[in-house]
Amino acid sequence: MATDVTSRRASGSARGSKAPLAIEVRDLKKTFRLPGQKVDSLKERALHPTIRRDVSELKALDGISFDVRQGEFFGIVGRNGSGKSTLLKILAGIYRADGGRVRMAGTLAPFIELGVGFNMELTARENVQLNGVMMGLSRQEAARRLDTVIDFAELHDFVDLKLKNYSSGMLVRLGFSVMIQADTDILLIDEVLAVGDASFQQKCADVFHEVRGSGKTLVLVTHDMGAVDAYCHRAILINDGEIAEEGDPHAVGRHYLRLNYEGAHDAVADLGADPDEADAAARLVDIWVEDEAGDRVTTVEAGKDIHLRAVIEARRDIPKPTLAVMLSNADGVQLFGTAAAVLLEGQGTDIDLLRAGERATLTARFVNQLGNGRYFVDLGVNRNHSGVDNVIWVPKATDFLIYGKQPYDGLNLLHNEFHVQAEK
Amino acid sequence: MTTATEQPAPPADLHAKRTFHELRDVQGPSAIGGGWRRFFDLLLLISVNDFKTTYYGSVLGYFWSLLRPALLFSVMLVVFTKIFHVGGEGVTHYPVFLLLGIVLYTSFQESTAAAVTSVVGKEGIVRKTQFPRLVIPLATVATGTFNLLLNLVPVFVFILAFGVSPTWTWFLIPVMLAVLIVLTATVSMILSALYVRYRDVAIIWSVAGTVLLYGSPILYPYENAPGAMQTVLLFNPLTPILAQARNWIIEPEAPNAVAAMGGWGRFSISVVIYLIICGAAVWIFNREAPRIAEDL
Repeated sequence: MATDVTSRRASGSARGSKAPLAIEVRDLKKTFRLPGQKVDSLKERALHPTIRRDVSELKALDGISFDVRQGEFFGIVGRNGSGKSTLLKILAGIYRADGGRVRMAGTLAPFIELGVGFNMELTARENVQLNGVMMGLSRQEAARRLDTVIDFAELHDFVDLKLKNYSSGMLVRLGFSVMIQADTDILLIDEVLAVGDASFQQKCADVFHEVRGSGKTLVLVTHDMGAVDAYCHRAILINDGEIAEEGDPHAVGRHYLRLNYEGAHDAVADLGADPDEADAAARLVDIWVEDEAGDRVTTVEAGKDIHLRAVIEARRDIPKPTLAVMLSNADGVQLFGTAAAVLLEGQGTDIDLLRAGERATLTARFVNQLGNGRYFVDLGVNRNHSGVDNVIWVPKATDFLIYGKQPYDGLNLLHNEFHVQAEK
Repeated sequence: MTTATEQPAPPADLHAKRTFHELRDVQGPSAIGGGWRRFFDLLLLISVNDFKTTYYGSVLGYFWSLLRPALLFSVMLVVFTKIFHVGGEGVTHYPVFLLLGIVLYTSFQESTAAAVTSVVGKEGIVRKTQFPRLVIPLATVATGTFNLLLNLVPVFVFILAFGVSPTWTWFLIPVMLAVLIVLTATVSMILSALYVRYRDVAIIWSVAGTVLLYGSPILYPYENAPGAMQTVLLFNPLTPILAQARNWIIEPEAPNAVAAMGGWGRFSISVVIYLIICGAAVWIFNREAPRIAEDL
């Protein structure tokens, strides 16, 4: 495993391997003991001093190794419970590792969330000073730093106001300012980009770009693949306490979405299992999305055509059959529907009757103008070339995921001419 | 996508060229980690802030901290001199003796009671920052010590008003206070660390508070206790502190702690208990500190 990681790292590093190491993690292990019944009273301890309760062990981290170079922005992604937050807490010195070694070069901001340690009963001035001292500044240095922090947060008029009277937006600004003004070499950040309104997120984004060029090292733990893509030079994907992918943030992001998606994929209709459909006149045999080579896929890269295939089988004779599909997004918004009459094999004419036991296959290609996200395909079979006379209708028959960089925002690409001219 | 309205200039030091740093091991959480200066700065700031937040919200502010021992004192004085007529026996200035004992005891009891939940109460800090854990219980003790010093001012006014004349042994008061504060701090360390895992520590300690009030020579001088009770009192490390406080501050003619407790042999029992508490505090807190964030 270790050698494999090394070889991939060499190719993946955006900044080359010249920069000295900022963080070195070797074979890091952390196991949590989850007692079946937590012994949290002295009475239980006293009554059963020797009984070892059936303790189940949770391996949060199982031999993680990676390097982060100075000046690098490094993303750690993973699903809930994958161990990524445990890893961050060990890096931050909040948890102690059971095995392995972590080494760091330079100073580290010792908190991982915005506004940690803020005391609502105290003023911004007092809180900023306390935070400064927490980061290892002397009290005098922390007091000197106050102006910079308050300037950045744009909270001059409120510096002597108790935090409990702050709006949530002001708190976030103060927290972010304290963190970003921490003049430490390494920043560890857990999910901060998810907070604040859109304009504040924009400000965060701008600052991140500034910091990126400044030689600081930043480790970002997040669910937000957009943030990883936008800021990180490299990323790792953690799954079940192990590194599942390391290197290019884009590849890591795709792998992450695929992992996320594997669980969700079970949610789509189980073909043929619905008892209501058992005596329907037709049956959906199979439906899938495939790539250009004909391999079944669950993700489609942005901009690449979506190839949809389906097989239906008539159980009773279906006169003048039509096959219809409807694409919806994850919010249930119907995006596009179409239908076509079933044709005779090898010919361009409609068939009059699909006899019981006969099959028909759908081959569809959609030019992919969809935004990133998850999409569902509903499939129906109608008779008499009607749009409403359903034989079967299978909602969420299958689904697929669009992922990748897109040159437009929103649900869909509209073909457009878009010119802006100054008036002279 | 709109661009942000106004870009604040990034601070100059953001662009400062970073120097090369050696890799150093990350040790994980500990009782003290992060350097002594940071430790003491944090201790100071947190206890000052605690003191401020405790008294900001109440009208009478710091006078509440005076009021509690004063009320307890008044009740005890009435009960033991007017109802039971037992208090004053063999004590030259019983009200002064009682007040001093109550103020010292209240400080110990209030600090330790506040310390029990202190680490759990600062859960946000403990779980999300690398923070020297020991600062938290010690900050409550520091706040309590500050309170005690303030409370001693009116106590000494009272002592002088009662006709006790100052003696050279008043210069030894800091020694007595130091011994008391170390005891308060070490007991606080044990309680706050154990409370993370055993929540009934809080209940036990509130009962222990009452037991200690009567089980320490506060309402009565040590030599007035019956024989068996005297033996029990030897195991209370507050006993020699209170006895010596009486000797140094109020009654130079009263026996000192060693004499009152019946010689060095018996006195040393309290000393050994005291040292065991100190040792246990260091051991327990050091053992628990790295795990506190996980056990919360």
